[in-house]
Amino acid sequence: MRWGEIIRRLVLIPPTLFGVAVIVFVLLRVVPGDPIAMMIPPGATPADITRLRAFYGLDQPILQQFVTWFGQVLNGDFGRSISVHQGVFELVLARLPATLELALLALLIAVGLGLIAALIGIHLRGRRMEWLVDIGIGVLLAVPDFLWALILLLLLGVLIPLLPISGRIDPQLDISFHSNFYLVESLLTGRFDVADALLHHMILPALALALPFAALVARILKTSLAEAEDQDYAQIARARGFSRPEILLREVFPNALIPTVALGGVQATLLLGGTVLVERIFSYEGIGNMAIDAVINRDFPLIQGLVLTFAVLFIALNLAVDLVVTLLDPRLRHG
Amino acid sequence: MVPSALSRRTILKLAGAAALPLSSGLLGGEAQAAAADTLTIAYNVNLPSFDPTVGLSAVNPTIQSIYQAVFDPYIGQAPDLSFTPGLLTKWGWNADQTKIMLELRTGATWHDGSPVTPEDVVWSLQRAADPKSGNPIQFVWSKVGNFKIDGNAITGDVLEFEPTLFKWMAFLTGYVLPKAYYEKVGADGFEKAPIGSGPYKVDAFERNAFLRLKAHPGYWGPKPAFETVVFKFVTDPTSRVAEMESGGSDVTFEIPYEEFDRLKAKPELVGETKPVSDIAMIFITDIDPMLDRNVRLAANHAIDKKAIVDRLLRGYGVPIATLEAPGYAAFDPSIQVAYDPDLAKSLLAKSGYSPEKPVKLTIQTTRGFKPKDYEMIQAIVGMWRKVGIDATIEVYEIAQHFELRARHALAPAAFYNWGNAIGDPSTSTGFAMFGPSPHCAWKGKDLVERIGPLWGEKDEAKRIAGWKAVDKYIAEEGEVIPLFQYVQPILHKKGLKVVAQSNGMILPQLITPA
Repeated sequence: MRWGEIIRRLVLIPPTLFGVAVIVFVLLRVVPGDPIAMMIPPGATPADITRLRAFYGLDQPILQQFVTWFGQVLNGDFGRSISVHQGVFELVLARLPATLELALLALLIAVGLGLIAALIGIHLRGRRMEWLVDIGIGVLLAVPDFLWALILLLLLGVLIPLLPISGRIDPQLDISFHSNFYLVESLLTGRFDVADALLHHMILPALALALPFAALVARILKTSLAEAEDQDYAQIARARGFSRPEILLREVFPNALIPTVALGGVQATLLLGGTVLVERIFSYEGIGNMAIDAVINRDFPLIQGLVLTFAVLFIALNLAVDLVVTLLDPRLRHG
Repeated sequence: MVPSALSRRTILKLAGAAALPLSSGLLGGEAQAAAADTLTIAYNVNLPSFDPTVGLSAVNPTIQSIYQAVFDPYIGQAPDLSFTPGLLTKWGWNADQTKIMLELRTGATWHDGSPVTPEDVVWSLQRAADPKSGNPIQFVWSKVGNFKIDGNAITGDVLEFEPTLFKWMAFLTGYVLPKAYYEKVGADGFEKAPIGSGPYKVDAFERNAFLRLKAHPGYWGPKPAFETVVFKFVTDPTSRVAEMESGGSDVTFEIPYEEFDRLKAKPELVGETKPVSDIAMIFITDIDPMLDRNVRLAANHAIDKKAIVDRLLRGYGVPIATLEAPGYAAFDPSIQVAYDPDLAKSLLAKSGYSPEKPVKLTIQTTRGFKPKDYEMIQAIVGMWRKVGIDATIEVYEIAQHFELRARHALAPAAFYNWGNAIGDPSTSTGFAMFGPSPHCAWKGKDLVERIGPLWGEKDEAKRIAGWKAVDKYIAEEGEVIPLFQYVQPILHKKGLKVVAQSNGMILPQLITPA
């Protein structure tokens, strides 16, 4: 990707987000089910319903509502949550770090496991045992993250209770943080006991998110390694007397990395999307868990804020992947 | 093909590096629930807001357990739905029911140590009555005003007679909040650092994760048995089951009945059940073909409620014939709607329908919102088919149900569960069957005429008798299909005593060591 292309992509971000905002805003109001209908108490009269609707600004035409909301968004005000009674921006900002830390940990685990599996697979290439690696990858890939969450919950939370199965941190601990990046902050401030407690709670949800993605990374990388290993330059290197590990690490791996990052990076958005259900299952306090509550409560302002947040994350992730691929691939860098 | 030469040592090194986060004591074993003076409850819903008087959470009955641990209602409620002194020690009408008279308990304090005053009570009532406050029950609170304070006694004018006013003082939005503190910190400040006068004060809150409470030393009532209470917000039923099995929580509820039966057999756990003030029912909308009395009655008589409870709910339910469950003020056991498929067939035959030539209709239901809801409707559709009703199932979300109901756009039959924690007929039959109510699916004039006069009835005995008569009429006309009263499964560790409440609340202040 040339730098011009990057600038073009950056320029396209605002209209993309605007489009997402319009779609979400309209869909929420067209699909049956609105927050006022959910909070109408027994005995409320039509006048009471009208009053509540006006109180939350839902009595205006959709276009008028959108103009008001979007005008506020441009000023940094994403509205006030109907169910939580707090500013949406403040709420999302408070919970987003939890999801980012979880996703990052999951990504690290996935890349680590995927790398190991791919290397083992390529090591066993052509041998009978290779199919075992392929089947293992296939199984990991076939089971979705939320199912892994339930399996891990029962396996490591109940049958062999090694790890906590709910929350982000032990409720008994009295710990104060200056930021909402608990793990990062505890590591940076040297509070390793706190980091240990946080990791205890994060391992299972992170693993559930990581396993399918690790399989994906392993499959792409293993295939890419095999293809690259068969290329002329690898054969020449071998003819020149380099050992196989040397060839794999110096010649084959950098070339195999490009399609892995390109394909795997795009798929990483699935990992982010997976946080919704996985956070719910492990009662982890990220934006995924919050999103389900927001949908159940038909909390329009909060849903809008969360969807925009996910959209920004997806766009940023895709852009980051493209940039990394550009940096890795000289053909793209130089046109 | 290049021969394999990657050494095992290299692979092991890589594996070791990748597994680093899992090492060094990270898998050192999960801590069990907590210290002896801590009670951990795996709770089934998140706490969206701390203000118990405004917004969605204010009308969510499930959240009230948390609110009642932190805040005091005006009037308390005993496990059997009867009313007990709360912050108010006396309450009532004057002789001609034109005034209300309240007396505030002496010695109650807020969590910051300041005393609870009559001004707090009056401010709370006035705030609740203010349309700008966003209180969803404002329509009740606005019926009293012009308060006067004399010592700890408060009087107010009845602006419009509301027979259930004092019952509401024990339930949704019926909480006393601290006037001075709230005005000082504002709505946002209150959300961040709420205080009440209840048995527990807020110690720590991680949204969507947990709420930690500490016993309030200045509480006017009995000292709670546990110094610390943790509500873990575990919204997924499977995860709540896992919490109990792993020892991570001491108490939970609202878990699948199959899991409840399995877990209560374990020696370290105890299972208790309690019929609660929630019922399963099918709304009948006054549109074709439900305008035909024969069809409505056939739909009622064709359902074997006992079989549904026994087979689908493993016996955890109490079949009902009206919208008044046992324990409600207007429950009348003499009203019965028998399971009689032959009668259903003959009724349908009168209207020209038979199993070969069935009447067709749509029934809406949630799926997974309540235990076995969809399966139950499938069973009912099967029972209906045998007598000559061919129903098509349409699944909707609960939010859709609310909106459709408010627009009077439900299908001819629509499954729902109705809660009535104060047990008054006006909040069950009344709002569910009174045409002008946005919650009513049957808008027929017959019921409007019968129910209308009961709203303002000042003679309590006459009022209750009137509701019983309405219930009897509804049963005879088949204008709704009451199914059963829910039974709440509560699971807790051995060594605890949990007082189950008929209103479904799990109050930590009532949980003690056995």
